[in-house]
Amino acid sequence: MFTVIMNLNYLDFEQPIAVLEGKIEELQLVGNDNDLNINEEISKLKEKSTKLTESIYSNLSSWQVVQVARHPQRPYTSDYIKRIFTDWDELHGDRHFGDDGAIIGGVARLNGQPVMVIGEEKGRGVSEKVQRNFGMPKPEGYRKALRLMEMAERFKLPILTLIDTPGAYPGIDSEERGISEAIAQNLAVMSRLKTPIICTVIGEGSSGGALAIGVGDHLNMLQYATYFVISPEGCANIIWKTVDKAPLAAEAMGVTSSVLEELGIVDETIPEPLGGAHRNIDAMADTLRQRLSEQLDQLNAIPTEELLEKRYERLMSYGN
Amino acid sequence: MSWLEKLVPSVVRADGKKGSSKVPEGLWKKCVKCSAVLYRPELEKNLDVCPKCDHHMRIGARRRLDIFLDEDRRQEIGTEVEPIDRLKFKDVKKYKDRLSTAQKTTGEKDALVAMKGELKGMPIVAVAFEFAFHGGSMGYVVGERFARAAKIALEENIPLVCFSATGGARMQEALISLMQMAKTSAVIERLKQQGTPYFSIMTDPVYGGVSASLALLGDINAAEPGSRAGFAGPAIIEQTIRQKLPPGFQRAEFLLEHGAIDMIIHRGQMRDKLAGLLAKFTRQGTAPAQPQEEVS
Repeated sequence: MFTVIMNLNYLDFEQPIAVLEGKIEELQLVGNDNDLNINEEISKLKEKSTKLTESIYSNLSSWQVVQVARHPQRPYTSDYIKRIFTDWDELHGDRHFGDDGAIIGGVARLNGQPVMVIGEEKGRGVSEKVQRNFGMPKPEGYRKALRLMEMAERFKLPILTLIDTPGAYPGIDSEERGISEAIAQNLAVMSRLKTPIICTVIGEGSSGGALAIGVGDHLNMLQYATYFVISPEGCANIIWKTVDKAPLAAEAMGVTSSVLEELGIVDETIPEPLGGAHRNIDAMADTLRQRLSEQLDQLNAIPTEELLEKRYERLMSYGN
Repeated sequence: MSWLEKLVPSVVRADGKKGSSKVPEGLWKKCVKCSAVLYRPELEKNLDVCPKCDHHMRIGARRRLDIFLDEDRRQEIGTEVEPIDRLKFKDVKKYKDRLSTAQKTTGEKDALVAMKGELKGMPIVAVAFEFAFHGGSMGYVVGERFARAAKIALEENIPLVCFSATGGARMQEALISLMQMAKTSAVIERLKQQGTPYFSIMTDPVYGGVSASLALLGDINAAEPGSRAGFAGPAIIEQTIRQKLPPGFQRAEFLLEHGAIDMIIHRGQMRDKLAGLLAKFTRQGTAPAQPQEEVS
């Protein structure tokens, strides 16, 4: 016999769900398949757990959304690449300095159509996280992304970007190699690439490091993704001098897709499975694939010149 | 700890006063670098550069444009653009109140002043950041005024010069601020495609979202001596890598050494230098000569 005290697969505010799921697991372990009473109890508990999840998730605070967006089990770029695309070939390097593991890029097919895919990747497990620098790109990462995007333009491949980063890497080497210039250059060039660009925030969209692969014709956010100009912790640290006020900062800044859709910055919120994308990665990937396919069809139908003019007008209208 | 070390990337301290260059009125001013006590009228004649140690003191946006542009034919751009508190942002104070305080102390509506004018007779658009306003942070007004200024440069095919001094994006406008990075970069890219010169002059300091957009996109990137510019503030980097930063890190000289800027320009030579460069970029014979009123 064991009891669930604190289940690390669940966030703080999900612990009541964890308790129920623990009970279900216990019953399943002790239960005999022929024991009708136990099976009945299990299905009752399962129903209760679903209802509880629904009620908790229908009313998440901004800070709770940030926590879901950063959930250690949340699907990353590589999880989506595997499930959404076929015929994937990863391409490496910026041709100047190195290959940045925090940004993955390559060519693949979406429903048969060749596309360029670029995404930030946090990595799973200690060694991969280190190799990917916890999803914090350095200049060479953004320059690799730029190289691939310019190549996509030459070969008329639409560009799909997946955004998930705690921010561009703040380090000496980043500064020495011109992290500011690398980000700025991407913003400038993406505004005029003659190919459709769809950007999707799949997890954490932190500031310039996110925007550097985030300029395009259509901006999606997954339902529990987050996008901010400074992390709630950073904002809290400046205003309240303590990171403990991050929940207040998250609320004040409006870091969720609902607020950002209202501001006209985000075009579309893509719904997640109950309890977040990590509860059913396949279902999430399937929804995302469907949305990306439809959006791409729509963008493909727009003549390039018109597409670029629309993109530019949109950029110019931010904040109006 | 200096005020700058408290800066965080992409944002600015909510209280713009900290970095303000406001000093009590008086005839004397102390140089923050060499502590020399300077006679104010002399200092002003020297363009607020310390005659003893050559430290370039911070100056406001209007003074910046005033010492840069010719006296005649100046026309301000985008005065009708005023800040909007779309998020109804509130922390310990309302953003609205912070704005009106900043407006009162600086006399500016927001942190960017844009003007069309002339540089030694050459028509030009120039913009300057007001650091005393919310740490020169970029929100909607800064992005929009920059874009409007750039559009005039684009339409009339005349050069655009930007003097930046900023802590980065303004967090009280959250994602709207972030998107100003994309807005300003897109319009600069149009200038580039058209072959209209855009020069970016970084003055102390330039950080965060402005550094990662309009400030590093110049055909010419330059900086005043000793000015600091970078993406992440020194405190954040030290916190991340847990080691002390090398001396001179992120200073103009460091930027030059690492290939981020073309040159360092002394404030006293700014007009001459930029006029000479622009004359070549616009394939004009020579920079129109004018009596040198600057001290070098």
